Amino acid sequence: MIDELVYMLTDPLMQRALIAALLVGLTAPIVGTYLVQRRLSLLGDGIGHVALTGVALGWLVGAAMGLVPQDVLAIPGAVIAAVVGSVAIEIVRSRGRTSGDVALALLFYGGIAGGVLLIGIAGGTQSNLMAYLFGSISTVTGADLVLTVILGVVILAVGLGLRAALFTVSQDEEFAIASGLPVRFLNIAVAVVAALTVTVAMRVVGLLLVSALMIVPVAVAQLVTRSFSRTMLLAAIVGVTVCVTGLSITYWHNWSPGATIVVLAIVVYAVVATVAPAIARGRRRHHHDPHPDIPDDVRVRPESTSVQGAPAAERKGGDDPCSA
Amino acid sequence: MISARGVCVRLGASDILHGVDLTVTDGEVVALLGANGSGKSTLVRSLVGVLPLAAGSVELLGSPLGPSVDWERVGYVPQRVSAQSGVPSTAREVVSSGLLHGRRLRLPRGWRTRTDEALELVGLRDRAQDSTSELSGGQQQRVLIARALVRRPDVMILDEPVAGVDQPSQEAFAATMRRLVSQGLTVLVVLHELGELAPLVTRAVVLRHGQVVHDGAPPAASPGTTTRRTSTSTPTTTTRATTRAPPSTSPTPG
Ligand SMILES: Nc1ncnc2c1ncn2[C@@H]1O[C@H](COP(=O)(O)OP(=O)(O)OP(=O)(O)O)[C@@H](O)[C@H]1O
Ligand SMILES: [Mg+2]
Repeated sequence: MIDELVYMLTDPLMQRALIAALLVGLTAPIVGTYLVQRRLSLLGDGIGHVALTGVALGWLVGAAMGLVPQDVLAIPGAVIAAVVGSVAIEIVRSRGRTSGDVALALLFYGGIAGGVLLIGIAGGTQSNLMAYLFGSISTVTGADLVLTVILGVVILAVGLGLRAALFTVSQDEEFAIASGLPVRFLNIAVAVVAALTVTVAMRVVGLLLVSALMIVPVAVAQLVTRSFSRTMLLAAIVGVTVCVTGLSITYWHNWSPGATIVVLAIVVYAVVATVAPAIARGRRRHHHDPHPDIPDDVRVRPESTSVQGAPAAERKGGDDPCSA
Repeated sequence: MISARGVCVRLGASDILHGVDLTVTDGEVVALLGANGSGKSTLVRSLVGVLPLAAGSVELLGSPLGPSVDWERVGYVPQRVSAQSGVPSTAREVVSSGLLHGRRLRLPRGWRTRTDEALELVGLRDRAQDSTSELSGGQQQRVLIARALVRRPDVMILDEPVAGVDQPSQEAFAATMRRLVSQGLTVLVVLHELGELAPLVTRAVVLRHGQVVHDGAPPAASPGTTTRRTSTSTPTTTTRATTRAPPSTSPTPG
């Protein structure tokens, strides 16, 4: 067992894959926390679909320029398309004209259809897109890894460095405007960072499952936390754990890494959702009562209540109706 | 401190405000009154730059609305719409967001102490670690007041800050405001009842159908009596008798 682990960790292909998975597991939930807070959980999906068009577009340009591996421009294409798409969604959302819902739907269908259409024009087949739709972490090259690390650092710098400001706009945009914060800039920063996250995660879990990595760890964390910072921290821990564990499993089993990681995340969710209420109940037992010393500002006089025909006896310690 | 000239605001297809003029000078406590839908929230939201002006101009602290305003000196309490965000956040986190303004995008040193002091002012120090979704509506309102107070503003714009807040907390809020006003705070406050703030209010502005119909003395109201006036030249408001004073008061929903 130990031998096998050492063997896995010394395999350069696996090393690259593990680093990529680690970065994705860390960044996707951090960005996802803001998306969930803004109730834009599906944004990642919308961006993912647009990124597919970008992949095909990169392919088309690469083919036209006669570049050797035809798909060298696929990832840059995805980055550009994802950024443009997410900024467009943000503009539509902030104008408040079309509901964000409809804008997302347009992106979903337009993105997939555009991708399939363009890849055909570029002389590729739909199966060329499969690697992007479902992930292809086993083919991460050194250059891919460098790009992934750079993007990951940018995402972390924005997502953590601007945490207080991004929290403020995501929490209450109206208050943020009334505080003179650069709200438009911050909103676009979230959109751009979400787009970068999608393209980084594309290699690991594929465009169709990207959003799961941004959302499911946050959903797990929410089950047990009460604060924003704890939610973000726990989501990142869950994200890193499922990504690294899921990827390692596929070293021994010939399963799809992306699907394994996402299923693992959902299993974690199911387990925590089952266990969390019991833990919370246990904790509440030692906890203060839910109505701590709230002063009685209204004096209840027995006569005045009986006037309304409902004689209310003074509650004594023992007759809590909930304790029955 | 606040100066609005000919403010017109258009929402959707309708003109909500038609040429509103409003000036609040240093040290004043101005109550903004009016029926539901008369445009009070629309006016204060346009004063802080949330709603675009169709016409007219607004100056805050001597600067036209925009990045040149010294936002650190402005505290805003919105009228609460109970939209919860998707991720839990503690009272402390929400209040700390009041420390960001203008180009300050990161929490200052000592933010925790300042946040806890502001929570203390609204009597929620011991709930600092609780998720705001676990607080009652009135407690959530008090968190929003603390968020505006935390930056120690020189001018506060409050939209029904005490709606749904219980009597002791209203008294505590009024006491805090009295102290801050005596230290020079300027206030524009939207109210339906002057209530505990009545002694502080120096001027009242009444909106009706998006226009100012009264700007002058606050409606006379002494605590413990209910005033109802029908004159058109003076504003109409009611002050609620405090629930504690008369011993025979029947129970009021807290
Ligand atoms: N987003 C909107 N689009 C169109 N009309 C709006 C919008 N928001 C508010 N209104 C209208 O503007 C008018 C003024 O609303 P506003 O919220 O300013 O009233 P208010 O005086 O604050 O009332 P309340 O006492 O209920 O808080 C109302 O008639 C309302 O229907
Ligand atoms: Mg209002």
